[in-house]
Amino acid sequence: MSESAPLTIDQPGQVASATPPAPGRSRRLSDRWLAGAFISPALLLLLAMSVFPLLWALYLSFTDYSATRGGPAHFVWFENYTAILTSAQVHLRALTTLIYVVGAVALQTVLGFSIAYLISRRTHGRGVLTTLFLVPMMLSPVVVGLFWRFMLDAQFGVINSMLGSLGLGQVEWLTQQGTALLSLIVVDTWQWTPFIMLIALAGLTAVPKYLYEAASIDRASEWFRFRTITLPLVWPLLLIAVLFRAIEAFRLFDLVYILTSGGPGVSTETLSFHVYKVAFLGFNTGTASAYGILMVLVVLVLTQLYLRYLNKLKED
Amino acid sequence: MAVSVNEAVSTGPGRDHTPSTRRRGGRGRSVLEVALLTVLAVVMLFPVLWMIETSIKENRDVYAIPAKFFDFKVTLDHFKDVFAASGGGRSALSVSFLNSVVVAGVSTALATVLGVPAAWAYSRFSVKAKKDQLFFILSTRFMPPVVVVIPIFLMYRQLGLIDNKLGLILIYTAFNVPFTIWMMKGFVDEVPAEYEDAAMLDGYTRLQAFWKFTLPLLLPGIAATAVFALIFSWNEFVFAIFLTSSDSVRTAPPAIAGLIGGTTVDWGLVAAASVVFALPVLVFAYLVRKHLVAGVTLGAVRR
Repeated sequence: MSESAPLTIDQPGQVASATPPAPGRSRRLSDRWLAGAFISPALLLLLAMSVFPLLWALYLSFTDYSATRGGPAHFVWFENYTAILTSAQVHLRALTTLIYVVGAVALQTVLGFSIAYLISRRTHGRGVLTTLFLVPMMLSPVVVGLFWRFMLDAQFGVINSMLGSLGLGQVEWLTQQGTALLSLIVVDTWQWTPFIMLIALAGLTAVPKYLYEAASIDRASEWFRFRTITLPLVWPLLLIAVLFRAIEAFRLFDLVYILTSGGPGVSTETLSFHVYKVAFLGFNTGTASAYGILMVLVVLVLTQLYLRYLNKLKED
Repeated sequence: MAVSVNEAVSTGPGRDHTPSTRRRGGRGRSVLEVALLTVLAVVMLFPVLWMIETSIKENRDVYAIPAKFFDFKVTLDHFKDVFAASGGGRSALSVSFLNSVVVAGVSTALATVLGVPAAWAYSRFSVKAKKDQLFFILSTRFMPPVVVVIPIFLMYRQLGLIDNKLGLILIYTAFNVPFTIWMMKGFVDEVPAEYEDAAMLDGYTRLQAFWKFTLPLLLPGIAATAVFALIFSWNEFVFAIFLTSSDSVRTAPPAIAGLIGGTTVDWGLVAAASVVFALPVLVFAYLVRKHLVAGVTLGAVRR
C-alpha cells in the first residue's frame, strides 16, 4: 500500500512535463500574424479592383466629368441623380428590366422545378438526364446569344423554318417590338432553367423518405403530400436559387448586347444596357457613374436579402 | 442538404414504389412523365445539337430553306477556318483562343494562390468580424460588370492597362478570388482542425502543419474550385469587350462575337468557333459535376 502511493502522486507531474511550457500566448500571437498574412493579400486585391473603382465612380457621380472631353471635373452634387431618377427614359428601362427579370425568373423557376420533380421521381437514368439538362447552363452567354440569334433569324432561322413546315406564319423574332423582349426572356430561360433544376433537385433528394412513408400510411393524397411535405422542405433552397437568378438577371448585359443590342428601338434595353450606352456611346461618365451607383444599391439590397436567407438556411 | 449529381443518382429506389402510387394507375402516369421528360430534354438539347450540326454543314445547306435536318453534306471546312487564316498562317480566332488560355489560366492560378490561404485562415482562426468580411467578399462578386467597368476603364487608362492581357488577368483574378474563398472555405471546414493540432504537438509550426497535412487533403477541392474559376474566366465577355480591342490581345468571346459584325454572317464559322469554344467547358464541367451545386452558387450552397 505505502509503496504504490508515490507512483500515483508522481503521474500528474510527468504528464505536465511532457507538454511544452506555456505555448498559449506566443502561439496565439503567431496565429494572428499568420491569419493576417494569409487574408490581407486577397483583401487588398479586392480593395484595389472592386472597392476603389466603386469609390471613384461614387466621386464621379457627383461631377460632370466626361471621359472623352477630359479636362477637370466640376462638382454638380446631386444633379446627376435627380436627372436619372426623374428621367422618363430611365423609367422605361426600369420597367423593361422588371418585366425581363420577373418574366425570366418566374418561367425558369416553374420549368426548372417541374423538371427536377419529374427527374426525382425516376429510378433509372437520373444521372444521365441531369447531366444532359445541365448543358445550356455551362455555355458562355456569347455562344448562347449568337446561336439563338441564328436560330431566331427571320430568313434562315430554324425556328421559322419549323413554323413554316407546320403551316404557320413567319415571325420576325428579334426585330419586332413585341417579340424581341419575349425572345430575350425565352433565351435566358433556356439557359438558366437548368440552374433552378439543379438546386431544386438537390433539395428534393434531401427530403427524408420516412416522411413520405408516414404520409402514405395515413393515406394522404399525392397533392397533399406535395403541398405539406415536398414544397415546405424544398422552398428555402429554391428561394436562394430564385434570388440568385434575380440578381444575375438584373445585372445581365452580354445576352442583350449579342441578341438584340437593345433594339428594335429601345424595346429590349435593360438598365445595364442603358448604362453602357450612356457611358460608352454618350460618354457622359458622370451621369453613367451615378446611374451605376444606383444600380449597385439595388444589387446590394438584393444581395443582403440573398445572404440573409442563406444564413437562415445554414442555421437550420 | 444532399447536393451532388452523384448523390441524386445513387439515392436508389424512388417514391414510385410506395404502395399508394402503385395502386391507382401508377403505370400510365409513369409513362406520361417519361414522355414529358423526353420532350423537355429534346427542347433543351435541340439548340446545342443544331449548333453542332451547323458547324459541319456545307454553306449551301446552312442557309437552306426549309432547314435541312438530316440530308446535308458533311464538311470540316468551318473548323479549318477557325484555326487557319485564308491566306495561310494562323487565324485571328486561333490567336484569341490562345489569349483566352493564357488569361484564364494565369488568373485562375493567381486566384487560387490568393484565395486558398485566405479560405484556410477564415476557416481556422477567429478573425475580427469574420461574417461581415465574408459577406463583403461575396458581394463584390455580385457587382454589375457594366458598372464596375466604367471606373476600371478610367483606372486602366491611367495605368496603361487598356488593351493589355495583364489588365484582364487582374480583373479576372479579382472576380475569382471571392468565389475561391467561399468555395474553399467549405472544403477547409470539412478537414478536421485536430490534424493540425496533432501535428503541432509533434513540433511542427502552424504553417508547416497547414502545408504538410491540410493542403494535401485539400487538393481535390482546390482542383474543383480552380476548374470553376477557369470556366468563369473562359466564358467572361463584358470586361473583355470593353478593356481590349486589338486582335493580339482579345480573348475568344469578343472575337467570336466580332464574327457577326459585317453585313453577311458566316454562321457555319460562328457555329464551329462556338463548338471549339464550348467543348473544353463541357468536358471540365463534367469533371467537377460532383461540386456543381456549390460551384454555380459561388460556393454559397452546400450540404
